[in-house]
Amino acid sequence: MQITVDGKELEFNPGQTIYEVAKENNIHIPVLCHYEQVKPIGACRVCVVEVERARTLIPSCCTPAEDGMVVYTNTNRVLKSRKLTVELLISMGHHNCMTCESNRDCVLQDLAYEMGIEMPRFEEPKERKPIEDANSMIIRDMNKCVLCGLCVRVCQEIQVNNILDYSGRGPRSTVGPAFNMSLEEAGCKFCGACIQACPVGALSFKQGRFGGRTWEVQKVQTTCPHCGVGCQIELWVKDGKIKRVYGVEEDNTENKGQICVKSRFGLDFVHSPERLTRPLIKKDGKFKEASWDEALDLVVTNFRKIKKEYGSDALGGIASSKSTNEECYLFQKFIRSCLGTNNVDFCTRFCHTPSAVALSRAFGGGAMTNSMRLVEKADVVLIAGLNFTEMCSTIGALTKHLVQFGNLKLIVVDPRGVEIADYAKVWLRPNIGTDIAWANGMMNVIINEDLYDHDFVEKRTEKFNELKKLVSKYTPEKVEEITGIPKEEIIETARLYAKADKASVLYGMGVTQHIYGTDNVSALCNLALLTGNVGKEGTGVNTIAKQNNGQGAGDMGCLPPIYPGGQPISDPKVNKKFEEAWGVKLSMKPGVTESDMVINKGKIKGLYVVGGNPMRSGPNLNNIRKVLEDMTFIVVQDMFLSETAQVADVVLPACSFAEKDGTFTNTARLIQRVRKAIDPIGESKPDWEIICELSKRMGYEMSYTHPREIMNEIASLVPPYGGVSYERLEDGGLRWPCPNKDHPGTLYLWKDKFNTKTGKGFFFPADYNPPAELPDKSYPFVFTTGKDLCHLHTGSYTRHSAALLELSPEDLLAINPLDAQGLDVKNGDKVKVSSRRGEIKINVRITDRVPKGTVFSTLHSSEIPVNVLTIDTLDPLAKTPELKICAVNIKAV
Amino acid sequence: MQITIDGKELEFSPGQTIYEVAKENNIHIPVLCHHEQVKPIGACRVCVVEVERARTLIPSCCTPAEKGMVVYTNTDRVLRSRKLTVELLISMGHHNCMTCETNGNCVLQDLAYEMGIEMPRFEEPKDRKPVEDANPMIIRDMNKCVLCGLCVRACQEIQVNQVLDYAGRGPRSTVGPPFGLKYEESNCLFCGECVRVCPVGALTEKMARFAGRGADLEKVRTTCGYCGVGCQMDLNIKDNKVVKVSTPREGGPLPNHGSLCIKGRFGYDFIDHPDRLTTPMIRVDGKLKEASWNDAIAYVADRLTDIKEKHGPNSIAGLSSARCTNEENYLFQKFMRAVIGTNNVDHCARL
Repeated sequence: MQITVDGKELEFNPGQTIYEVAKENNIHIPVLCHYEQVKPIGACRVCVVEVERARTLIPSCCTPAEDGMVVYTNTNRVLKSRKLTVELLISMGHHNCMTCESNRDCVLQDLAYEMGIEMPRFEEPKERKPIEDANSMIIRDMNKCVLCGLCVRVCQEIQVNNILDYSGRGPRSTVGPAFNMSLEEAGCKFCGACIQACPVGALSFKQGRFGGRTWEVQKVQTTCPHCGVGCQIELWVKDGKIKRVYGVEEDNTENKGQICVKSRFGLDFVHSPERLTRPLIKKDGKFKEASWDEALDLVVTNFRKIKKEYGSDALGGIASSKSTNEECYLFQKFIRSCLGTNNVDFCTRFCHTPSAVALSRAFGGGAMTNSMRLVEKADVVLIAGLNFTEMCSTIGALTKHLVQFGNLKLIVVDPRGVEIADYAKVWLRPNIGTDIAWANGMMNVIINEDLYDHDFVEKRTEKFNELKKLVSKYTPEKVEEITGIPKEEIIETARLYAKADKASVLYGMGVTQHIYGTDNVSALCNLALLTGNVGKEGTGVNTIAKQNNGQGAGDMGCLPPIYPGGQPISDPKVNKKFEEAWGVKLSMKPGVTESDMVINKGKIKGLYVVGGNPMRSGPNLNNIRKVLEDMTFIVVQDMFLSETAQVADVVLPACSFAEKDGTFTNTARLIQRVRKAIDPIGESKPDWEIICELSKRMGYEMSYTHPREIMNEIASLVPPYGGVSYERLEDGGLRWPCPNKDHPGTLYLWKDKFNTKTGKGFFFPADYNPPAELPDKSYPFVFTTGKDLCHLHTGSYTRHSAALLELSPEDLLAINPLDAQGLDVKNGDKVKVSSRRGEIKINVRITDRVPKGTVFSTLHSSEIPVNVLTIDTLDPLAKTPELKICAVNIKAV
Repeated sequence: MQITIDGKELEFSPGQTIYEVAKENNIHIPVLCHHEQVKPIGACRVCVVEVERARTLIPSCCTPAEKGMVVYTNTDRVLRSRKLTVELLISMGHHNCMTCETNGNCVLQDLAYEMGIEMPRFEEPKDRKPVEDANPMIIRDMNKCVLCGLCVRACQEIQVNQVLDYAGRGPRSTVGPPFGLKYEESNCLFCGECVRVCPVGALTEKMARFAGRGADLEKVRTTCGYCGVGCQMDLNIKDNKVVKVSTPREGGPLPNHGSLCIKGRFGYDFIDHPDRLTTPMIRVDGKLKEASWNDAIAYVADRLTDIKEKHGPNSIAGLSSARCTNEENYLFQKFMRAVIGTNNVDHCARL
């Protein structure tokens, strides 16, 4: 179909607006209220054009092109109207460009300049509205608002937070939270999408106020260091400080411009006064500042002594899922080649190792099968044990968007009423710890009703009969008995999942942090294999890693049984390959896990911890403290004096992500660049430099001048990373497997075959068994833990952000109103929570989002060591503790 | 000799001002009316500092450092005074940054931002002065003037044209040509030095009005194509068009240190002149007709070959140009000598 714009005949696709056709053909039409990710509403009238035979001028941004339409974009009539419109927009408020943060980055200013408006023609309003800047994140200056409605539309359409809306009529029209509340009163989530969308200076960064304007700052694209989504962000840096944070609006990112509160406002932890700036050495129980030489020499002396006295396997290393790939690679290389042991692990042991084990035995690889944006391709998504919107807020928002504005249907399985449950077609609320039962129940229905994918099961799976036999016991009636989920809901859910063309499973630590965590994940794998929902876009079994580089740390071999790239240490060929590459004899003796290191006394004498904090994230903390205090020597490398650092003998100050180059691999296998934006704070150094320094002093030379060289070494030794280089990563991330320089990366795994011995997927059916500790008379409540929006796990970054602390200052015990009534406690009351292992005091928050009999707490703050309560019984395969369930008693104090 | 600034003991040479010593030692003191090429006059009072045992705050840009002096550049008293000064400077006129050509490159704006001035505290004057833009080169908008006197000093001290001076007293103080004359009515030579040094948007280039700002413009450093001085200047390019010629406000390179003459600063519009030849032309029947490059080059080659064959290479001569680059002149003589085979090559310096 054809349309004529300014005399040019142009092809267009039905549905395209006049503005879109013009833009595609490099015909300039100015816009103000337009933004490609939200619906056009033609609010500002700046984009008007003249259309032949039309009665009035037409807003081009929201008028569909029609066959034969004749459009003029720059007639006198159009130009006069546009100029008048801009003059009227200017007259709406007080636009004081002189010190506005949007100066030279302002659509209204650009329009005024384009229209050649020498002086405002109309008077400004007499009154000035007060500026709202009570919170420490967003400044609202409604004097500058031009009512384009973009803040409202991104809040509603993209973030689906529905905080902002229009109100008032005529000259009293305004935008903002309901009933003129302030943002903080209205329950705003402070994603800051409204600031990023605001075309003028009405919404701006409080943290960046008077901190530097667009032309004065250095803009650095990097990867957010908080969760596993790996949002691409642009840091605005001036005088060595991060001033503002924007989401990168590129198609080759997972977040496409969206970020959450932690990224937008919570990166101030980088500049926290609590940052460690010099090495610390403990003398007589107290830390004293020391020089790097002194501290490193002390580490070397102690490691050598322990190695000599007890052997290499008395040493162990805990890597960090917050370090870069390059650093994780060097860390395990150091532990293996320099200390001579395979005792290397990282914090995923307490979170997601069951996924790695279960996915490996089912499919042949322990990684998320699809990409973060799989939700765009799926018809049904089952979300289990995952607080999706608070964990991965940007993709959580995308999911809400697809439910609200698309055809996506959600099945949410969670004992807690997490926010995403509000958007579910079906919300299953099982008794906590009964995941295998409901999954088996769903499969029972699917097989009985013949809803499974015969073709897929036959051609691409093994052990179907075992599954069939086992799940036949799990009738909906029996499952209702175990899980408390009404049998009708089990049946409905099974049908919904099985009948979907593309169904995907997303799950979090609610599934894995159990003594049957591995079997829980296997149950989900079984479900996917049974319905043929693996190896296609928008399907799969998708483990959502909590930390930014949880996937990468595993890829880099910070796990006892494997070298980087999942290559087993037990394979002599692999062993030889690494011995040759690293020029040193390597041990083939299996190493011990982080659980073994910190839960069992006496296994490890000397411990090297990078960024990990088992003294807060581990189970049964009172025991871990004893184990750590019993060790001969501990060195901790961290940005802050964490609980684990406090029990160390030497603390080495590390840099933040903003101070170094490197890569992170997001939870969906996407390898992305981390770019240095500021110089190291104080005397802190990047992890990779510290490791090289230590290694050199231990007598094993590692001489890299830049992380780029480390990545080249990784590419040469790790087949899935074979095609990765910094040059290629300049154009956006690469998703492994990316075996060679010409390989584009892999959007989803297992398209044609699995990586098992037979190339087929394996069912691993399992029976339901109860958790390690169930409530009883003395400890009548089930205690479970998780995160909130503003913090991540032990708060190692987020608790050092002033903004995030303002929004979410303390851990609270969520308790059902009925339980609260029974205990006679009110909101904010302090209670004592005790388990067989310890006790804490905590304030309660009454909410029916937790079921009766279950209490929930976040574990972010150092003031309340929540994990003194939890149990350290382990999953036998993954060695992951059952952090999600224990029995507690509660008393008002 | 030593002076103490903000607790640091600093060496200085006699004659250096406090501001100069501070700057040399990376201690930031904001300035407005200061310019390295003219005498400091302490007009704006933005650079005030606290000096121990001094009765008042002292303008650092025009106070010589003295032995043993103890100076503080950022006490509360200093910061409050500076902020008030900037607020009063803002209140002197109408500073409409929205479409100002100096937006983003304005010392007053930078100061207001540095001082964290959310809103102007004082009212703007009621009257607006008319913008003078009758001549094609310089727009004078006295609504934006902060009376720093840099235009006056640049005109008198750098260019020694003595066209601009101060006039009036108190709130009627102003700068400009005598007797309220317009630039074009005065003896102004339109060197544009006043535009270069103006720290705000009071003096701007008329041809560049609404032609593009800041990041929209690509700056290309080049050598002026007019006289033999070889002034260094920046062409400001937008959409493949030279929309402005600028030079650095301070720190301009040799030989001109940022100064230009009227030809360099405002005479660039010949580049886009409609009389520019845009295609080769061949004379046919006594009249020049447009031709393709192929035809024109072939025609010239044929004719030169023809003449050379008939009359010998010395029957051909070449006149080169003092407006061409070295590279082009080198090639021209090479062509005449190596291709044509003659030394008959000369250029306009002969005359």
